[in-house]
Amino acid sequence: MRKVKIYVTLRESVLDPQGSAVMGSLHKMGYGEVEDVRIGKYLELMISDDAGDVDALVNEMCQKLLTNTVIEDYRFEIEEAVSQ
Amino acid sequence: MKFAVIVFPGSNCDLDMYHAVKDELGEEAEYVWHDSTDLSGYDGILLPGGFSYGDYLRCGAIAQSSPVMDEVKKAAEAGKPVLGICNGFQILTEAGLLPGILLRNKNLKFMCRTVGLKVENANTLFTNEYMAGQEIRIPIAHGEGNYYCDDATYEQLKNNNQIVFSYADDFNGSRNNIAGIVNERGNVLGMMPHPERAVSDLIGGSDGLSLFKSIVKQWREANVSHA
Repeated sequence: MRKVKIYVTLRESVLDPQGSAVMGSLHKMGYGEVEDVRIGKYLELMISDDAGDVDALVNEMCQKLLTNTVIEDYRFEIEEAVSQ
Repeated sequence: MKFAVIVFPGSNCDLDMYHAVKDELGEEAEYVWHDSTDLSGYDGILLPGGFSYGDYLRCGAIAQSSPVMDEVKKAAEAGKPVLGICNGFQILTEAGLLPGILLRNKNLKFMCRTVGLKVENANTLFTNEYMAGQEIRIPIAHGEGNYYCDDATYEQLKNNNQIVFSYADDFNGSRNNIAGIVNERGNVLGMMPHPERAVSDLIGGSDGLSLFKSIVKQWREANVSHA
């Protein structure tokens, strides 16, 4: 089994009102050194060993469902998972 | 004219959509479940608002992968009118039938109120009963109605007259106050405001009724021959 860790981030051109709200809050708490906050998503998939090209498979799933490339970028890491 | 009202798990404006075309206009309408694989018997497709699949992942993203969406795409390709309201608009963008995407409102709040809309294009099959530039009042109810697209897409929308409705005031952050757009061919409309909630003066307004009348009028002109 392989574990795929997918990181989804908002494209730079897209405003992130959630991130701005969190930054405002951090500033109020005294963390004035924070210059920007962007909120993304983290997904973990477990992929069976009999899957062929995991890289191609994950790219396909990211483009079809897991991300929306109009506003999001993604990257992923594939790890060998120790079977339980 | 026979309408399909597509129902996803979490749709909640399906009854209002049905009511608008069936009770107010006297047309035929049926609820069609999201796993249906045949829409060939319908003349128009309505995608209602709500929170399909709890808005998990992204609004409309999971509904977009439902079996019925392949049929909605076929209907759009065949030139049938396809109308997506609120969550229905979000589903149409996720499905790639309309460009852009709906983001969180800029103030992060769910907003529910009646707003002013300007009819930007009265030459579509959805708006032929309105006047160009007419201001109408339609309720909104959304947390993710902030329309976003890149510059190239916006230019394309503008040059092709695909912007159909815009908000009179900016309250959710939408690019150029865009409230509703059509595809290039003009037979797929997505809009965040709810015309199906404004079909009778008894419930606060009837400015939305003309949208449904437009669809029916266009269809009759194209399909019914007068003896």
